[in-house]
Amino acid sequence: MSLLSVKNLRVTFPSDHGPVEVVRGLSFDLGRERLGIVGESGSGKSMTGRAIMGLIATPGQVTADVLTFDGVDLRDLPETALRKLRGARMSMILQDPKFSLNPVIRIGPQIEEAMAVHGALTKRQRRARMLDALTAVRIDDPARVARLYPHEVSGGMGQRVMIAMMVVMEPALMIADEPTSALDVSVRGQVLDILDDLVKRRGMGLMLISHDLNMVSRWCDRILVMFQGAIVEEISAGQLYKAQHPYTRGLVASLPRIDESRDRLPVLDRTAL
Amino acid sequence: MTRPIAALNFLLTLAVTFLGLLAITFLIGRVVPIDPVLAVVGDRASTETYEAARLQMGLDDPLIVQFVRYVWQVVQGDLGMSVSTGRAVSEDLARVFPATLEMATLGIIIGVGFGVPMGVFAAARQGKWVDQLIRVIGLAGYAIPAFWLGLVGLVIFYANLRWVGGPGRIDLFLDGMVEPRSGLLLIDSVIGRNWEAFRSALSHIILPATILGFFALAYIARMTRSFMLEQLSQEYITTARVKGVPERLILWRHAFRPIWMQLITVIGLSYAGLLEGSVMIETVFSWPGIGNYLTTALLNADMNAVLGATLVIGAVFVGINKGSDALYRLLDPRARA
Ligand SMILES: Nc1ncnc2c1ncn2[C@@H]1O[C@H](COP(=O)(O)OP(=O)(O)O)[C@@H](O)[C@H]1O
Ligand SMILES: [Mg+2]
Repeated sequence: MSLLSVKNLRVTFPSDHGPVEVVRGLSFDLGRERLGIVGESGSGKSMTGRAIMGLIATPGQVTADVLTFDGVDLRDLPETALRKLRGARMSMILQDPKFSLNPVIRIGPQIEEAMAVHGALTKRQRRARMLDALTAVRIDDPARVARLYPHEVSGGMGQRVMIAMMVVMEPALMIADEPTSALDVSVRGQVLDILDDLVKRRGMGLMLISHDLNMVSRWCDRILVMFQGAIVEEISAGQLYKAQHPYTRGLVASLPRIDESRDRLPVLDRTAL
Repeated sequence: MTRPIAALNFLLTLAVTFLGLLAITFLIGRVVPIDPVLAVVGDRASTETYEAARLQMGLDDPLIVQFVRYVWQVVQGDLGMSVSTGRAVSEDLARVFPATLEMATLGIIIGVGFGVPMGVFAAARQGKWVDQLIRVIGLAGYAIPAFWLGLVGLVIFYANLRWVGGPGRIDLFLDGMVEPRSGLLLIDSVIGRNWEAFRSALSHIILPATILGFFALAYIARMTRSFMLEQLSQEYITTARVKGVPERLILWRHAFRPIWMQLITVIGLSYAGLLEGSVMIETVFSWPGIGNYLTTALLNADMNAVLGATLVIGAVFVGINKGSDALYRLLDPRARA
């Protein structure tokens, strides 16, 4: 049985011109693997992640024929039951660390919070694990950083704090929404390794959301290509060159290559769609 | 800015603001058609006496010299004599101001104690009936005049139900029985272990303070609600939900904590507003505070008393506002940076 099962997932928002579907009938299964979700900005990647986590607030509406996490039907699950899962068994790394960290709580307590609300650990154990998590995301001086407020660290550091905050509970399902966009290339690899390690060692299922097809194709087991709220193509690792859909081929063609020198980067050709 | 420079800057703006306040009261004193010389010598004095007094008061000096002299006197605590009480204005103010302070302070405690939680719950239940109810209460705080509420309150709770004491600060037979230390009757009666006086003072203050508190509450609840709504739409609230944080903690730890420093400014503003706006309530409740003193002084054309009281009210207003602003800067980690 797969970890996460999604069939015909739809997310709808009302608008002046009637309801707008931003996720349109998504279906996929996720095992203890690395699944990439790629698509241009606005294609509904984040909304998919939030819908699975049960974080779409009114007036947004979520429907699905199947939405099962580890045997639990997430549809119409009471808020209290959902809350026990969130942060402990399923988690989500949010996109923009600048807005997704609380500005008036120090970094240490923010990371420890998930452990605190889900109980089980002593204060000392929580602190030790918090420092470990900061070390794991390659923060050199975790004790000092733990005392800082989010505005006192850089964007890249904030993103690593965000990752530490969500991996510290070692959830079974992790949705990572553009987790490395603010990191430079050297740190990016290291941070992906942490997630990778959790997949391999703990059997975590990972949904890696990104607009960077290149990175995702090198790093994930499988890729779903999203366009305007729907999956247009599924690709296995290393099979990028076999992509059929014109949208995917457009994305592939617009990847810059190291072995090629071009005056201009080709852009996505929308007329071919 | 570094700390000492910021502090210096703060003191400087404070000084300039007070100087501006003094300039205003000084100019009012020159503009009003009340002759300060006549107030001293009486209207049956001869022309010679009048002229001598005028010269002695320095009223033929250039305005700027007079202003500097005025500032110097105020700095030394000399606000002149009151013609209606026959005492120094500063002495009068030291007596009446604590009465106002006591009522406004109790009022703001009531306003914050009820207004802040009401604002938080209204935001948490946005659009639901609790929110609507709280909005109506907030509107009432805008629309209902203070003196009307005061009169109705007196009729119901004093005249009919006899739940509270009537006008004044304390029952007549207890008046003067409490040794003044802070000037605040509730505190002084506790210090003196005079429980009868404490009970009486409390039963007198509770109604006007609650009415003042109601006006503060309306404003504070409205501001708290809109601050909270802004916070609840922030992305870090989603982060907290992802972590499985319970709704109660989302409200108070994640949404309220970033705004309570902003609320200090709002509370300061309404506290100052209560001190200054107590004129109506003091009249209705015969409260011997600065509002009543000011009204009496105005009716008697007692210019020194009017200007002195205005100065104190203005200074308190400026002081509280600047103070709460500074407190905010000191407490908010974002503003501290
Ligand atoms: N509250 C909302 N109401 C209506 N439409 C929304 C709302 N939030 C996001 N959208 C729309 O949903 C679409 C998908 O957004 P999102 O999932 O964030 O895209 P992605 O993460 O792929 O960049 C976008 O077109 C966006 O405009
Ligand atoms: Mg997104």
